Amino acid sequence: MKPTPFGYVKAASLPQALDLLARHGEEAQILAGGQSLIPTLNMRLSAPRLLIDISGLADLSGIAVAGDILRIGALTRHAEVEKSELVARHAPLIAAAMPHVAHPAIRNRGTFGGSLALADPAAELPACCLALAATMIVQAPSGSRRIAARDFFKGLFETALEAGEVLTAIEIPIAVPGQVFAFEELARRHGDYAIVGIAATARKAADGTLSDIRLAYLNLESRPVLAGKAAAALAGTTGDAAAVTAAQDALAGEASPHADLNATPETRLHLARVLLGRAVARLIA
Amino acid sequence: MSLSILDRPNSYIGRTVPRPNAKKLVQGRGTYVDDIKLPRMVHVAFVRSPYAHARILAIRSDAAQAAPGVVRIVTGAEMAAVCTPWVGVLGHMKGLKSAPQYALAVDRACWQGEAVVAVVAHSRAEAEDAAQLVEIDWEELFVVADMETALDPETPVIHPELGDNLAFRRELDVGDVEKGFAAADAIVEETYITGRHTGVCLEARSILADYQPADEQLVVYHSTQAPHMMQTIFAKHLDLPETNVRVICKDVGGAFGIKVHTYPDEMATVALAKMLRRPVKFIADRMESFVTDIHARDHRVKARMAVSKEGRILAIEADDRTGIGPYSVYPRTSAIEANQVVNLIGGPYTNQNYRCTANVVFQNKNVMCQYRAVGHPIACAVTEGLVDKAARAIGMDPAEFRRRNLIADDAYPYKAPTGMVYEGLSHHKSLDKLLELMQYDRLRAEQAALREKGIHRGIGLAAFIEVTNPSAMFYGVGGARISAQDGCTIRLDPTGVITVSIGVTEQGQGTEAIMAQIAASSVGVPMDKVRLITGDTEVTPYGGGTWASRGAGIGGEATLQAGRALRENILSVAGTMLQAAPQTLDIRAGIIVDADTGAERMKLEELGRVAYFRPDTLPRDCQPELMVTRHYVQKDYAFVFTNGLQASYLEVDTETGFVTLLDHWVVEDCGTIINPQLVDEQIRGGVVQGLGGALFEECLYSADGQMLNANMADYLVPMASEMPDIAIAHVVTPTQTSELGAKGVGEAGTAGAPAAVMNAINDALSPFGASVAAQPFTPERVLRALGKIR
Repeated sequence: MKPTPFGYVKAASLPQALDLLARHGEEAQILAGGQSLIPTLNMRLSAPRLLIDISGLADLSGIAVAGDILRIGALTRHAEVEKSELVARHAPLIAAAMPHVAHPAIRNRGTFGGSLALADPAAELPACCLALAATMIVQAPSGSRRIAARDFFKGLFETALEAGEVLTAIEIPIAVPGQVFAFEELARRHGDYAIVGIAATARKAADGTLSDIRLAYLNLESRPVLAGKAAAALAGTTGDAAAVTAAQDALAGEASPHADLNATPETRLHLARVLLGRAVARLIA
Repeated sequence: MSLSILDRPNSYIGRTVPRPNAKKLVQGRGTYVDDIKLPRMVHVAFVRSPYAHARILAIRSDAAQAAPGVVRIVTGAEMAAVCTPWVGVLGHMKGLKSAPQYALAVDRACWQGEAVVAVVAHSRAEAEDAAQLVEIDWEELFVVADMETALDPETPVIHPELGDNLAFRRELDVGDVEKGFAAADAIVEETYITGRHTGVCLEARSILADYQPADEQLVVYHSTQAPHMMQTIFAKHLDLPETNVRVICKDVGGAFGIKVHTYPDEMATVALAKMLRRPVKFIADRMESFVTDIHARDHRVKARMAVSKEGRILAIEADDRTGIGPYSVYPRTSAIEANQVVNLIGGPYTNQNYRCTANVVFQNKNVMCQYRAVGHPIACAVTEGLVDKAARAIGMDPAEFRRRNLIADDAYPYKAPTGMVYEGLSHHKSLDKLLELMQYDRLRAEQAALREKGIHRGIGLAAFIEVTNPSAMFYGVGGARISAQDGCTIRLDPTGVITVSIGVTEQGQGTEAIMAQIAASSVGVPMDKVRLITGDTEVTPYGGGTWASRGAGIGGEATLQAGRALRENILSVAGTMLQAAPQTLDIRAGIIVDADTGAERMKLEELGRVAYFRPDTLPRDCQPELMVTRHYVQKDYAFVFTNGLQASYLEVDTETGFVTLLDHWVVEDCGTIINPQLVDEQIRGGVVQGLGGALFEECLYSADGQMLNANMADYLVPMASEMPDIAIAHVVTPTQTSELGAKGVGEAGTAGAPAAVMNAINDALSPFGASVAAQPFTPERVLRALGKIR
C-alpha cells in the first residue's frame, strides 16, 4: 500500500495553485485535508503525477456571516465547522450532520470543501448543501463563478467543477424564523458512510403548516438528490400521518435507489421511506 | 511439604498486577518486525492473482526488472527449486486430503490474492512500483465458488489428482437418534449460517529473514504464535538443518490464530533470503491481508432437535457444510474447524442421541483455517439456536429449559456422545450466577412492559463449552511437529533477579505478565525481580507457543514447577549457608526467611553473591544449581474443557432492522484465575470478536470468487461505539490435571457471543413470528425476516 511516485508542491497562494493546475491538467490533483485522497493514492486507485497542497492557504479557511449569508471557506476543517457557534446558529442542519461525518481524527484533518468537491454520494455535507440551497464559489485562472448546489453534484464522484477550477468557499442562506431542520442517517457503525440518510428543511407556520420543504437524500442514488415529489406531497400539510404516507409513496415513485454491499435498492428505498417519516416527525416536533 | 503456590504468602496468583510490558508498548517502544532494520535489507512485494482460478500462460518481467531499485524478480518455477511444497494433512483426520501447495503459484492460481511473482527491491514502494509492471497472460478457469455445489458431479474438480472436491468428511452417529425423534413431542429445525470472516490483527503478518551463507544460518524475525513450529517448517522446506534455523518473535500486535499457519508469501520471503543471501522483509499490507490471512467460519449447518414436552432434549441431528478454499492449510489443516463443530454441538447438555455429518470442500476462495474459538461459535449458535426454538415450541422459559438439560455439576468426569470427556464443569452454578448477575426476572418484566409500547427488546442466553489445555491428541498424534508440551527455565541471577524463559509466546494478551506472576509466586520474589524471555527458539525451552488457550494452563504449570524446583535448590544452598534445615526456610518477597516466624535470614542477592563469586566458602559437596528447567504436558484428557454462559440484551428497530446492543453478561469457569483483570479483558475482547461475527464481519465474495470488501472501510470490524458494557463473573473449578489448576480462557468470549445475540434478536422478533439464523445479522436480513422487504 504505497502510492505511485508523485510530485508535491505546497502552494503559497491561490494563483500559484491555479497556475500549477492549469499547467499540469489532469496529471495534477488538489490536496486539501487528504482524508479521501491519500487512501486512494495508497491503494493505487489513482496516481496523479503532482499533488498541489492548498492546505496552507489561510484565505480559503474560516467561517463568517455577511448579511443573510453564512460563508464557509472550502479549507475549513470539519472539526472547526462542528464547533462553530455561527454554524450552529445559522445552519443548524449542518451542525446536526457534523457528528455523523466520519470520526474525530478524520474531522480534525478533513475539510468542508474537500467533502463537497469529492462528491461521495454517501457523504453528509453534499446532501446538507443541497437541502440548504447552498452556492459553491469556484475559482479559475480566468475568474470566479458561482454554482448552485443542485447543479453542482452531477454523479458518482462527479461535480460541475471543470478542469483548472478550485472550490474556494460555500455560501449558505442563513436560517430564518420558522425554518426547521432534520438530519437522519442509518449507518451500520457510527461514523461509517450511511446506508442512506436524509437532510431536510421546511418552513413551519404558526398553525403547523409546512412549506418550502426540501428533502435531500444521501446515498439513495449515486449522487445526492432532492426528493421533489415527496416534498410536494408534504407542502401545505402539517406533516400528519396521511401526508407522510403520501410523501413516502411519492418518494417510491421518484427515487432510483442504487445497490451496494450493504443494501439492495429495495432495502434502500424502504429505509429512505422510514427516514422520511422520522425526519418529518423531527420537523413538526 | 511446601504450601501450594495458591496459598503461599505474597502470592501474586489471583491478583490484578500491572503488566510488566505494558509501559513499553504504551510508549510506542515495542519491537514489531517492521521496527527491525538490518544492513543490506531488501523488501518484497508480490504480484497476486487477480483471478480466483486461472492458468498462467506467460510471465513477462523485463520492464519490472529494469525499474528503479529492483533487486530480483522470482517466479513460481524458480521458487519451487528453493522451497519445496507442502501438503496440509494430519494422520488422525482420517481421509483428509489436499494438494501440494507452493510458495508461489507455479502453473495456475487457485484463489484471488494467491502470490504469483515475487518482486524484491530496495524499498517496498519500489517493489510495488515494479510489481505493477509485471505482465502475466492468464487463461481463466472455471471458478468453484459456491461450497453447496462444489461436490456436484458437474462441478469441475480443482485438483484433478484428488478425484473430487471433498477435502474431508466426518460422520458421527451415537445413541439412537431415530428413537429420539420418534419419541419427540416437538421437533425444531433450522439452517444456521455463519459468515466467512477473518481475524483483523492490528499488526499485519510480518516477517524478516536473514540468511548467512558462510555457516548456513537462517534467522527469521517473525510475527508468529508458534516459533518452534515455524523453525521446523522453515528448515524442512528450505533444506536446512533445523538447528541452523532460529526464529525470533519479539512483540506481536495481535494474532487470534491468524499467525499460527504456514503462509506462502512468508515462505517465499524466507526462501528469497536464502536465494539472495541478504535480509528480506515482507510486511503484509491491509489489502493483501484480507485476501491471504486465513479466513474462518464459513459454515452452513442444517440441524434439528427432538424434545419432550417436559423439556428434555431427546436427540440432535446436524449436517455441516464448509468451504475451505483450494488447499488445506499447513500444518494444522483446515479440517479442524468442522471437526470441532462436530465435537461441540450439543456439548453442554445431557442428550446422548447425536448424529452429525461434516463435509469439508475445496473451492476457489482464500483458504480457511483456525481462528480464535475454532468451531465454537458455530456449534454454539446451532445448539443454542435449537435450544431456544425448542423451548419456544413447548412454551417453556429458555433459562428453565437449559436448567433441565445442562449436565449436572456433580456428574463429572462426564463422557459426551462425541467421546470427549469433560473433567469438571459447572453449568448449573454458572447459570444461577448469570441469572442473578443479569437480573433475569426483572429484565423479562422490563421487556414485557416495553413491548406494550412498541419497543422490541430481546434477551438471549447461550451456554458453551470451550476447548483448552490441549494434549498431544490435537496435533502431535496426527504426525504434526507441533509441541503439546512446554518448558520453562528459571535462573537466579547474582542480584536476586530471576530470569524466566519459556516457550509460550506473548501476542499482546499478557502471557508474559501471567508467567511473571506465577514465577514470582513460585520462587518467592517480588514482581520487579522477574525478567521474562519469550519468543526465541535459540534461547527458550522447546515449546508449542500460544494457541488453543494453552498459554496459562500449560506454560503456567511448567513455570510453576520450574519456580518450585528453583526455590528448593536455593533453599538447599541457604540451608547450608545458614546451617538450617532447608524445610525450615522459605523465600518471601525476595528474602530468605524463617518459615515459621517470617524473620529475615538472608537476602537472595547475598546468596547469589556467595554462590556465584565465593563458592570457595561453601562446603565441597555443595554445588548450587540456580538454574532449573521443568516441562509440562497435559496428558489426562484430550482437552481440559471449560464452560460458561453468556447473555445478550438488545433492541431491534423493527422499521429499519438495526440492532442496538444494550448489555452483555458472561459467567465463565476457567479454573484458577491468575490475573483477574487479564482474564476479564481476555473475555471482553473475545466477546467483541464474537459480536463482530454476529453483526458486522463478513468476507463478501462475488460469484466468480472475487472478495468484494477487502478493505477497512467495507469490511466492518466491531467498533467501540456499537459495543455494549460487558459484565463478567466467574465460577472457579480448578483443573486437577495440574497443580496450578488453570484452564484456558481465550476462546470463551468468542464462543458464546454470537449465539446469545442471535437468540436475543429472535426473542425480540418473536411477536412477529420472525427469526434470523444467518450471520451477520445485518439490517437487511432482519428486515427480510420481518417481511418488510423481499
